[in-house]
Amino acid sequence: MALLEIRDVVKRFGDFTAVNHVSLSVEAGEFFTLLGPSGCGKTTLLRMLAGFEQPDSGELLLDGKSLNGVPPEKRPVHTVFQSYALFPHMTVQQNVAFPLKMAGVAPDQIKARVAEVLEDVRLQQFATRMPSELSGGQRQRVAIARALVNRPRVLLLDEPLSALDAKLREQMQLELINLQKEVGITFIYVTHDQGEALALSHRIAVMSQGQVEQLDAPENIYSYPKSRFVADFIGQCNLLDATIRSVSAERMQIEIEGVGTLDTLPVAGATVGQKGTLALRPEKIKLGASVATGNADEVHFKGKVHDCLYLGDVTVYIVELENGMLIETMLPNAAPGRARFFDDNDQVELAWRFDAGHFVLA
Amino acid sequence: MSISTSKRVSKWLISGPPLLYLLIFFAIPTGMMALAAFRFPGDYGGLMPLFGTDAATGKTTLLINAQNWHDYITLDNFARFFQEPVFIELFIKSFCYAGLTTLLCLVLSYPLAWLIARSPKKWRDLLVLLVILPFWSNFLIRVYAWMIILGPQGYFAKVVNGFLGMFGVEPLQFLFTPFAVVLVLVYVHLPFMVLPLYANLEKHDMALLDAAQDLGASRWQRFWKVTWPLSLPGVYAGAALVFIPALGIFAVPDLVGGTDGIMIGNLIKQQFLDSRDWPFGSVLSIMLTLSVLIMAGLMSLLGRGGKRNAL
Repeated sequence: MALLEIRDVVKRFGDFTAVNHVSLSVEAGEFFTLLGPSGCGKTTLLRMLAGFEQPDSGELLLDGKSLNGVPPEKRPVHTVFQSYALFPHMTVQQNVAFPLKMAGVAPDQIKARVAEVLEDVRLQQFATRMPSELSGGQRQRVAIARALVNRPRVLLLDEPLSALDAKLREQMQLELINLQKEVGITFIYVTHDQGEALALSHRIAVMSQGQVEQLDAPENIYSYPKSRFVADFIGQCNLLDATIRSVSAERMQIEIEGVGTLDTLPVAGATVGQKGTLALRPEKIKLGASVATGNADEVHFKGKVHDCLYLGDVTVYIVELENGMLIETMLPNAAPGRARFFDDNDQVELAWRFDAGHFVLA
Repeated sequence: MSISTSKRVSKWLISGPPLLYLLIFFAIPTGMMALAAFRFPGDYGGLMPLFGTDAATGKTTLLINAQNWHDYITLDNFARFFQEPVFIELFIKSFCYAGLTTLLCLVLSYPLAWLIARSPKKWRDLLVLLVILPFWSNFLIRVYAWMIILGPQGYFAKVVNGFLGMFGVEPLQFLFTPFAVVLVLVYVHLPFMVLPLYANLEKHDMALLDAAQDLGASRWQRFWKVTWPLSLPGVYAGAALVFIPALGIFAVPDLVGGTDGIMIGNLIKQQFLDSRDWPFGSVLSIMLTLSVLIMAGLMSLLGRGGKRNAL
């Protein structure tokens, strides 16, 4: 049995449907992420799990028991808030001790458990500081320690890293992964940052307009997006609108208007004449002054460089095909001393394997 | 003129006038009063003169000298304060009235301030305006209004006594009692408690209450562990704004207190205006100021808390 089950949950605010018939289940010990743009309903779903909102219909079950009508303070579910919401009048250890005190844990036990969890987040030496005397990353860790100390069945994290700078965020991501492995508590993580979701999660539910668009492991979401929205939202992606011309067991031929026909992997339920989008990741495209042709598994195009974006480790090249279509690709700047390989208006060739892209039916 | 001089000049231009004002109307009079406490009263009120004009020569001379200084300077006024228990008793009584007033103001204001702070933004200014609306009418008029309400023919007395009469209780007097003093003191000072509390509560981060609830705190615990400790600066400010003026007030006990209800303020006024004993009036004023300072010191110690290492 799944630890947490969301059954056909609906939540409306006036005319606006924030969560629209969502069903999903989360296993014990999972790092589960709700990913989506702002307004997609992920935070509302989280607040319903915490108990701050009640679903209009549907049911939330924890360990098979309904959470409907159970107030937040009675749920074995704790939250790490986006703003951290540390109590400013309490020291770090008083903050962390708070849930234990509320639960009526014996004072000597409180001391031991606070010390233990502060060690887990490496804040032992800050125990007597006030939150105002801590850096952003430290506050973040206090918030996590406070939410973990009473060993909730589920830990909810509401965009906890959004207030941190990029460097610190990456470090905190690693810490979160390790911490979750260590404590073995189920994490439900809400974010709009797809990179964060891919890096942290065992499974991701991509949400849009109150519904789950796709629920899968990060690598599947990235490689095999189920919809144009998911392909677009997760990572950089070339989205080429096309029509299916022929379908066989191993291959499918599609026609991109103005470009021509090319092969791609068949998808379930595809029929000739159906429209859709080829989702093609920039890093799967070969780029060169001349790319060897003649390989039947590869698709070839000529074009010229339209724009370059130097990012340090890689350079992104926007290549204009002969018909004017723009394709984004990239090359790692791995060669020593080489900052980039092409400049604007250089003639280049593109190639990709027929199975590099993923066709999404409209 | 260099930049630093012009900065210094503008600094004095800004802070100079209020400093001067405080010096002339606060610091100097306080000093004069402190000195007066050690002198003797004059024959017709005021202070015993230190300078004398010789009727024959018309020359003004300093009367006090190394030999006769004890005819001019004395500690008797302070001794009197400590020797006659009636003064200390009146101090204690006044502290009790002011303390009770502060407590009642707090109990009444806290829910009101909380309600205003939690009401929709567009309503808050209007509600605050309603709180301070009584200030638009004269203080004495408001106290006189209470005299009418509390008087034997007033509605308050009629309703309460009518109710008590059903149980055979004799009619009670309300006006000219300590009850009336505290009641009116609470009424007069209520806004001074509501405003600082509101200013504090309005700034509270609601996410903290969500967090407390999420972490297992009941409604009661959320108030006592989060809202109340965070509102303490507002409580202290409001308490100071109510307690200190309530302690020294004389108009309210004068008008509604009768003989039982007088406070230190009345006694001080009496010394200066009726008994014409300025030195003893000064002693009472100084003792009042000192006791308020001690109270304020204790409060700020309390406010600092200092329970850092405790879990």
